[in-house]
Amino acid sequence: MIARVPPAPGTLASGAPALSRAAEGGVPALAAASALQAARLVLRRDLQLAFRKRSQLVQPLAFFAMVTMLFPLATSPELSKLREIAPGVIWAAALLASLLALEFLFRDDAHDGTLEQYALSGQSLTWLMFAKTCAHWLLTGLPLALMAPVAALSLGAPGTSLPGILLSVAVGSVTVSLIGAIGAALTLGVKRGGVLLSLLTLPLSLPVLIFGARATQLAISGAPFLAPLELLAALAVLGVTLAPLAAAAAVRISLE
Amino acid sequence: MTWTWFHRLASPPYAYALAARLTPWFAWPAALLILGGLWGGLVLAPPDYQQGEGFRIIYVHAPSAWMSLMVYTTMAIAAAVGLIWRIKVAHAVAASCAPIGASFTFAALVTGALWGEPMWGTYWEWDPRLTSELVLLFLYLGYMGLRAGIEDPQRADRASAVLAVVGVVNVPIIHYSVTWWNSLHQAPSVMRLGKPHMPATMLVPLLMMLLGFTLFFVALLLVRLRGEILSRERSASWIREVVRA
Amino acid sequence: MSDETLEVENLHLWRGERHVLRGVHFALAAGSCVEVTGVNGAGKTSLLRTLCGLIFPEEGRVLWNGTDVRRDLPSYHAALAYLGHEPPLKADLTARENLHYWIGMRRRIGTSELDEALARVGAAAYGDRLVRTLSAGQRRRAALAGLALLKVPLWVLDEPTTNLDAEGRTLVGDLIAEQRARGGMVVAAVHHSLPDAAGGVSRLELAA
Repeated sequence: MIARVPPAPGTLASGAPALSRAAEGGVPALAAASALQAARLVLRRDLQLAFRKRSQLVQPLAFFAMVTMLFPLATSPELSKLREIAPGVIWAAALLASLLALEFLFRDDAHDGTLEQYALSGQSLTWLMFAKTCAHWLLTGLPLALMAPVAALSLGAPGTSLPGILLSVAVGSVTVSLIGAIGAALTLGVKRGGVLLSLLTLPLSLPVLIFGARATQLAISGAPFLAPLELLAALAVLGVTLAPLAAAAAVRISLE
Repeated sequence: MTWTWFHRLASPPYAYALAARLTPWFAWPAALLILGGLWGGLVLAPPDYQQGEGFRIIYVHAPSAWMSLMVYTTMAIAAAVGLIWRIKVAHAVAASCAPIGASFTFAALVTGALWGEPMWGTYWEWDPRLTSELVLLFLYLGYMGLRAGIEDPQRADRASAVLAVVGVVNVPIIHYSVTWWNSLHQAPSVMRLGKPHMPATMLVPLLMMLLGFTLFFVALLLVRLRGEILSRERSASWIREVVRA
Repeated sequence: MSDETLEVENLHLWRGERHVLRGVHFALAAGSCVEVTGVNGAGKTSLLRTLCGLIFPEEGRVLWNGTDVRRDLPSYHAALAYLGHEPPLKADLTARENLHYWIGMRRRIGTSELDEALARVGAAAYGDRLVRTLSAGQRRRAALAGLALLKVPLWVLDEPTTNLDAEGRTLVGDLIAEQRARGGMVVAAVHHSLPDAAGGVSRLELAA
């Protein structure tokens, strides 16, 4: 299908526009937004949207509480026994709750066309993905980290272990949000993508689970937990440098 | 420029024909090496002083485990090539690798369990190597699941390619963390699935099996690749020539 | 904004097994507008998305000011505004907030500019209502306000008059005319011809 579109009448062959522009005096120089400003706007927008639908914010936390509650009911109410499985229970529940929230990270944006506008904004999509992941962590990971000590208490953890538990879940959930963002972008538009998202994200999050549960366990038994915590932090740093790139690539692919 | 062979490889008809020509060159040596390795390992090699006859399963377990990792790496490299240079044949290679790799992983797990039974008394122990293999199996299943879940074939190719690259970066991290975890809880008496001390009579068949499995993988890959290319290009004109011939 | 050119050379695109774009070829100079027409499924949206650099064609290329857009997508995107089928507005934000975020990601924008733009498209009355309470036509108008605010040389519009009443369609015609008068370019996929505000609109028909 070959079509030659002639320049509109009123423009010269060279493409210079006709007289009607002369009156305008040229276009004023527009200050472009920097990558940081754009990222800040994305972050603020996601936070603002989340607070307009506060009921949805609570759901992953309620899920976390419920899963934690399953274990005493399924095993035994003895705190001494529960204390042993507490690290595993908390981390498994936190991972699953994060996965629940991840499904919705890009879903709405993909449906209403705003994700497309991100890709067309001229800003680095990697930065914008980082901003979205930050928003997700602030809305899911951080609240989970604040709830984890409470859950640990209910499973027999001593009061002295609570700061350690909070720290380990806070740092570990950063990496889970980062990896989960990649999975969420890859499974955009897949039917029943939630299950596939879990299948993709869980194996990649195993290191976080291992180090995090170890840190929690050491905290509960009163031992120093700095080593696994540092490993968690290392994973988070690695994630921050690489994951947004992969998420941006995955988003672009979903827009093709 | 030497890049011309690279670009020719990217053409489906050329890759299809090349795969057909190369397959016997890998299939026959693979068969010979595997048969020779099995003979050497199962019959000729002496029993291990520590593990008795049970160690012989290493001749299938170790090559399977090695291949499961090698295939994943090949898959990730092919996927990356397809992603960066937008070469369809590379994506076809990655797609062909996945089921082969998953099968090797499954074989490694099963042979690992069979090996474990006489040694540990149970079919499953959370041995770091077996646990890593299990995680690798899930990575393969996730890759194949993503491919199957996305309807548009080009998007499926590219999305699973990103997943493969992300996975390959993660595999060493996962392996390290699983080993670390296992070392924390290791009961000292449990025997690991380690290689027994290997004199030449034991080692040579093992190497033969390793090489044989590698060649077997390449031969299998070439066969699957042809099927994959046929299926992707089924409406292209050059296919009709091939079918007619 | 006076000497940009857009050239599309011999685009071929396959979606799965369908040969959707078969050698699309055209050139646009500043101040021109091209209407892309064709039946449903002819590939209008695919063409527009390829123009935007969202889809990569198997053959052919898109040249912005003589350079392949793939060489420097971010600069190309900075000069481009795309309006798809759905207005890119979040339902839980007001129209004004949506514009603030959408435009703000690309350039500095002040409240007075937002007010002006909303008034220009006749949306001043509902600029502060949540988008989920607006009708489809009102959302489309809010999106058009964003389009005008972006102030970029190239507009790529996918059925811009959807859901608009006669007054709204005239508004679209006016906006396009103003864009062309500034020396900008417009590529629009349409089912019915755009209100011909400035005349001289060229047509490109895609066969199914």
